[in-house]
Formats: sequence, structure tokens, C-alpha cells
Amino acid sequence: MRRWLAAVSITMASVLGLAACGGGGAGQATQAPAASGGGKKQVEVFSWWTGPGEADGLQAMRKIFEEKNPDYTFFDAAVAGGSGDKAKALLQSKLQANTPPDTFQGHAGAELQGYIKAGNLEDLTPLYDELKLKDVFPAQLVEQISVDGKIYSVPVNIHRSNVLWFNPGVLKEAGITAAPKTIEEFIADLGKVKAKGKIPLSIGSEWTATHLLESVLLGTLGADAYNALFKPGADWNSPQVTTALNNFAKIMEYAGDPQDDWQPAAKQVADGQAAFNIMGDWAYGYFHNPPQGGLGKKSKTDFDWAPSPGTEGTYLWLSDSFTLPKGAKNRDGALAWLKVAASKEGQDAFNPKKGSIPARKDADQSLYTDYLADALKDWSTNKLAGSIQHGVSVNQPWLAAINEAVGLYIGSKDVKALQQGLADAATANAQ
Amino acid sequence: MRRARTWLPGLLLVTPSIILIGVFVYGMLGWNFRVAMTDQHDAVSEGRFVGLQNFVDIWDLPRWHLSVNHAIVFTVVFVLGALVLGWLLAFLMEKGIRGEGTFRAIYLFPMAISFVATGIVWRWLMNSGTGERAVGLNRLFEWFGLPQWQWFRDQDWGMAAMALPAIWQMSGYVMALFLAGFRGVPEELREAARVDGCTEWGVYRHVVLPLLRPVTLSALIILGHISLKVFDLIVAVSGKQIITDVPAVFMWVAVFDSNDPAKGATIASYIVLSVAIFVIPYLIWSVRKEKRS
Repeated sequence: MRRWLAAVSITMASVLGLAACGGGGAGQATQAPAASGGGKKQVEVFSWWTGPGEADGLQAMRKIFEEKNPDYTFFDAAVAGGSGDKAKALLQSKLQANTPPDTFQGHAGAELQGYIKAGNLEDLTPLYDELKLKDVFPAQLVEQISVDGKIYSVPVNIHRSNVLWFNPGVLKEAGITAAPKTIEEFIADLGKVKAKGKIPLSIGSEWTATHLLESVLLGTLGADAYNALFKPGADWNSPQVTTALNNFAKIMEYAGDPQDDWQPAAKQVADGQAAFNIMGDWAYGYFHNPPQGGLGKKSKTDFDWAPSPGTEGTYLWLSDSFTLPKGAKNRDGALAWLKVAASKEGQDAFNPKKGSIPARKDADQSLYTDYLADALKDWSTNKLAGSIQHGVSVNQPWLAAINEAVGLYIGSKDVKALQQGLADAATANAQ
Repeated sequence: MRRARTWLPGLLLVTPSIILIGVFVYGMLGWNFRVAMTDQHDAVSEGRFVGLQNFVDIWDLPRWHLSVNHAIVFTVVFVLGALVLGWLLAFLMEKGIRGEGTFRAIYLFPMAISFVATGIVWRWLMNSGTGERAVGLNRLFEWFGLPQWQWFRDQDWGMAAMALPAIWQMSGYVMALFLAGFRGVPEELREAARVDGCTEWGVYRHVVLPLLRPVTLSALIILGHISLKVFDLIVAVSGKQIITDVPAVFMWVAVFDSNDPAKGATIASYIVLSVAIFVIPYLIWSVRKEKRS
């Protein structure tokens, strides 16, 4: 009898243990907003803005949202982790379980295609018409985020990918008077720096090579031919692309030893060990902000910037945007959030803190100084081209294939195989 | 009723784990093989049965060849390194040094750390910066006037460097296995060899080592299967870069970045099969041994 009892109690214990595991999951779910929070309805806003600057920007937008919508409370469902790798994995499971957040952050453009194809997102074109957003966003931006004539997200900010960061002191030492304007000048300048024994071009982990590639493609092909590469049936085997890839190969020959990520690579420029670095304009905050979040360097003397070679007059952009998932528990609340995110007031509160510029053309220019003033000026006048590495021009599988081709190239140095890899990636994924 | 009393409690006891393993190990394994044999190459399509097509097609991908080569280099360096180092440590320990208990604990401690934590520390130790930017091991080598290395960023030997943290972590465990094995060799056998004029080295070579074959085999199997499915260490040290790509990382990218479940499942199947090559002979061997005894 005693043995029986022992067996039953152990079995019960293990079943209970299982239930406890299940309960753990449910416990997490209760963190999600309940339908009512003291009479006010919650709006669950899902993002990966938890770092310095970006979290402050989100709080600033939240304040405006809660002032304008006294009936709603803002529920911050941010998941830490740069570029949202972890956030996207969690989001995927939430969407599959049909419990989407009320609105979630995503890179504007083709990166959202997976969600659109799976039927997770609502068409926001009516919201654009209601708020006349097509008049305040640049026409090319609206065109580049439209999928089959419909728009699925509201861009909150704009970052620039094609920025050449350089150390004026190192350039002077190498006898370079101004930032290179063309790819040919750039390659010649890289040679001059190399002769002085400094690192001509600093580089980080493999994704920063893809980031460099998009600037070289744009710099060689020009904005129109670059944008055409992402249309269905585009020819990635053309001689123009070959030229661009040969340029990429020449530039990569001058790259220093790869660093852990983009920050150590940018730091080599700030510290005067390297001359050039091509990185998005989030690097400005890293160079400029006081120690803790940044390096505390002086702009124009310790570091300086220019459009990456051959791309002057084109803004290679990327953007964070908010969406409206189908089946959102608080759809009206989500729409109220999107209205704040689209508004001039909301964007002007968010962007100076985040270190980016508003997607709207009518921003208050006095809020944006130093690099951001340059960026704002270029944004309203330049042609636009969508970033590859940051989700505008290519969807996720396509980007994975491009990263694979670039990674294999770094090992093999085989330009022909790189071009074939890129061409195959385009045939398999362009739509 | 009386008969049930003898077997029912035992059955009740193991039922939860049988159900759990059945669903979460074998059920999922079967599902994985099923997905691997469909053409479900994106998140939304249904997927038709295509047999072993995916298993053949994957050999056309340059990246697959690269990641398989990497896994082989990693496995050879890691398994041999951990075996040799573990054996050496056990050998020194067995010679009866002072404070053996302390040393044993020190060598075993790395096992208590997860591969992720090991990877994060070794990412810094194996930083590829040279000259004035050298940190970690390169800085140490600079002090001693030794050449500096690219470590895991080296195009040819990167995966061999990647095996160093794994060797560091697992050689203590191998040492413990061997030490137990050494202690299991009866002193009489050694003495008999010595009386017959065998040198101390010869005692180990001809008496102890042959008796340790079962220990060596189990160490080989444990290290081998850890090595073939290595994922966390690689991701912690280098992320999902091609230069340190292994099948498990490739699988992760195929599923979560390329949204290609069939490709990911195919890679997962190959990982399971390669581990099975190690484990199944071991199972057969141990079942036979049980029968014999």
C-alpha cells in the first residue's frame, strides 16, 4: 500500500509540475493588457526601443498620446535587443497564436511583406487619406512603402544609410583635402591612407559589409538603376552590376580587420586609427553623445561626414514604422496611436531624442541641429532609394540570401560567384 | 489485482516522462522529418510531399559545404583536444599531487558554465585586434613577444580557434572520466607489469590504456554529439556570420530569416542523423554488454 501511495504522489507531483510550467506561460500572458485598466482601455505598443535615446523618444510620444487620448493608457511592450531580432521572434509567436499586440514596430518597406502575405496586417490607406499623409510624406517614400497600391505602415522616423564618416586629421595627414565625391576618388584616397600606414576603411561584422555594398551599388549605378534592381525581372547579371561589384571588391581590399560590430569599427575612425567608415547615421549619436551612450567627440574636428562616394543627391533611407495587426484587441486605441505617430507633433517629439529625422516634410527645423540639420535638408530635396540591409528594398528571405552571398564572398573573394549569388537571390525572391 | 500491484506503480511512475518524451522528442522528430520531405519553402504554403528531394538539393549550396566542413574541423579539433588534455590532466592528477581535490574542482568548474557565458568571455579573449588595439589573448601574446592571431576570424583556421573555448570547458569533464577509469585499474596489474620489467610509461601504454577503452569510447561519444550540434557557443562568439557557419546556425537562419521551414527541417534532419552515427553504435554496444553480464 505504501508503495502505491508513493507512486501516486510522485505522479501527481510531476503532473502538477507540468501544470506549473504551463502556468508560467500563462503568467507571462497576464502581463499583457487586460481589457480594462480602471475604466481606461489599454493600447499595447510593441517595439524594440529600449536603448538610450530611443526609449526617451518613445516616452515623449507616449506623453502626447496620453494627453490627447484621456480614455486610453499606453502599455509599453518593448523587447530589448538592437535591430529587433528578439522582438521579431516573440512577435512571430504572438501572431501565430492570434494574440497580436495592438500595434507593432517594423522597418518600413519590403521587410513587412512576410506579414502582409500571411494576412497579419490591415491596409492603412484609409488612414493616409483621412490624415492627408500622402501630401506630407515625400511622394517617393509613399511609393516605396506601397505594396500593390496599398500602404500597411506609418513611418515615424528616417535614418540614412549612405553616410561616409571620416577622421579629418587622418585625411589631412594623407594629403586628402576633401571627402571623395566619386567611387574612383574614394579608391584613390584609400590608397593614399594605406601608404601612411593607417587603416583606410574600418569594417565590422559581416552585415556591415552588406551595408557597405548597398552604398557602393548606389554610388556606381545611380538612384534610378539602383531602385530598378528590386523590381520583378530586374537584371542583376548586367555589366553595370559587375562594375559595381568590382568596385566593391577593390574597396574591400582596403578594409581593416573586421571588428565585432559597427561600434568598434566606427570607434577606429573616432580614435584616428582609421580614415573612413561607411555606416548609417545612427553612428552620429555614437560619435557625438557624451560618454556612457557615446564617445563624446566633437563634430567637424574629431569626425566629419559626407554622402558616401557617388551618392550625393540621393538619400538611401530606412525607417521605423508602426502597423495595425488584424485582430488587434483595441483597434480604435491602435488607430489613435498611429495618428500620434504620424503627426508633426509626435514625430518632432520623438526624433530629436532618437537622433533621426521625421518622415514628414513639414518638421520644425529648429529642433534639428548639426548632422541632423544636414540630413533634414537632404531629405526634402534628394532622390530616395531604399536600403537593402535595413529592410526597405528586399524582404527577409531575400536579405538572408544577400547576406549569405556577401559572407561567402568575404571568404572566397570570388566576384563572379557573388554576382551569381545576388542574381539567384533576386530571381528567387523578387515579387 | 495482486499482480497489478507489482508493475502498476512502476508504470505510473514513468508514464509522465514516457508521454513527454514521446510527444516532445519523438513526435517533434517525426514532424521535423515530415516537413523536411515537403516543398514548404515559405511560411504560408501548404507543402506537397517531395520525398528526399531537399536532402539531395542541399548539396548544391556552397554554404552547406562550408558549414559541413566547419563542423568537421571543429569536431576533430575539439574532440581530440579535449581527449588529450583531459587524459593529460588525469595522468598528472593520478601521480598524486598535493591538493588534488582543489585541482579537480578547478578543472571541473568550467563545466558548470553554460556555453553562452563561455562564448561571451572567449569572444573578448579571442578578439582579433592586433598591435595597439590588441586585447585578451593577443595582448598577452604581445607581452611575451609571440605572434598575434586572427583567431576565429581567420579564413582557414577560424573553426580550429573556435574549438578552444569548447576544449577549455569540456576537458575537465574528460579528466574526471579518465581519473575514475585510472582508479578502476587494480594496483596488482600494474605491479605485475613492473615486476616483469615494464617502465612507468609502458605500464600506462600497455596495461592502463587498453583497460580504459570503454571510458575513452564514452568520452568520444559525449564530446562527438555535443560537437556536431554545436550552436550556442558559435552564436555567442561570432553571431550568425558565414565565416563561422555550422549546420545548426544555418538551420536557424533558414527558418527564422529565410522563412524556409523545409530547408531548416532538412538541415535539422542531417544533424540528427550525424549524431545518430555516434550514438547508435554506442547503444548497441552497451545493450550487448548488459546482456553479457
